[in-house]
Amino acid sequence: MLDPVLVKKVIAATQNGLPICDRPYRTIAEEVGVDESELLVTMGKMLDQGLIRRIGLVPNHYALGYRYNLMTVWDVEDEHILQLGQHVGDLDFVSHCYQRPRQEPDWNYNLFAMVHGRTEPEVEQQVQIIRELLGSSCLAMTQLNSLKILKKTGLRIR
Amino acid sequence: MSEHRPLRQESVVLSDLERRLINAYQGDIPLDPEPFMRIAENLGVTSEEVQQTLRRLLDKGVLTRFGPLYNIEKADGSFSLCALKVPEHRFDEVADQVNGYAQVAHNYQREHEWNMWFVLATEDYQELEQVFEDIKTVTGCPGLNLPKQTEFFVGLKLQA
Repeated sequence: MLDPVLVKKVIAATQNGLPICDRPYRTIAEEVGVDESELLVTMGKMLDQGLIRRIGLVPNHYALGYRYNLMTVWDVEDEHILQLGQHVGDLDFVSHCYQRPRQEPDWNYNLFAMVHGRTEPEVEQQVQIIRELLGSSCLAMTQLNSLKILKKTGLRIR
Repeated sequence: MSEHRPLRQESVVLSDLERRLINAYQGDIPLDPEPFMRIAENLGVTSEEVQQTLRRLLDKGVLTRFGPLYNIEKADGSFSLCALKVPEHRFDEVADQVNGYAQVAHNYQREHEWNMWFVLATEDYQELEQVFEDIKTVTGCPGLNLPKQTEFFVGLKLQA
């Protein structure tokens, strides 16, 4: 079992990133008041439970030339959304894929898929692949290109 | 640390080591007492070179962060994707109003009549609904509150 107090401390100490030094986990361990090996065991369990999705580096899409970051939204028949949503989420160019509630009459789209490409033709082709996959179960779609990042602090616990 | 760095929106030219590091370690940094040593062994460089390269990439804004990536919804709190329909001539003013809320985590301008999209992160759903209603009142703009119902996928590795 994970100690929820320790888990919260570990998240707070690492959610902005790991220190870059020879023994980053020792630094974090000192901060949260456990020894390095206990911290590593705890974080291993957090990985197993999916609380930590992965440990890695996060590139800025724009810096790598991914200028076209499209939020595509689709109005998919409710009886097929779970199966088709999973198929869309399995495409290798889709980074986030969710079912969200409609807000009729303002908003009829219930499937959200983020796609990323370096060129306009590349993302157009991605959209076409999703369109073909959804077929006649899709009643409408639109796409919302991101123009500007207005704020990005990441999700964090306080 | 990352939130005070400028958000780079132009592409950059990468060194060979920078490219290899980015392509290999978006998700598989070993949970090891000396992670940079393990990375260095794998890439055939020194731990010091790995550390310097990572620092440089963070400073240049090529990386937005480095470390454990949390599925924070498994830990705590309530989250939703929200949108506003903002008149173009008021866009900057409304962006400042919305960004002023600590509960707003990300905010993007998008090319659509629903032109402002942001993620709200709160302690619980009651607070989330309150903040959403407050933002609509303060900005005077129509809003959408679209909490996720099913997560099909979150991930993706980018090619440097």
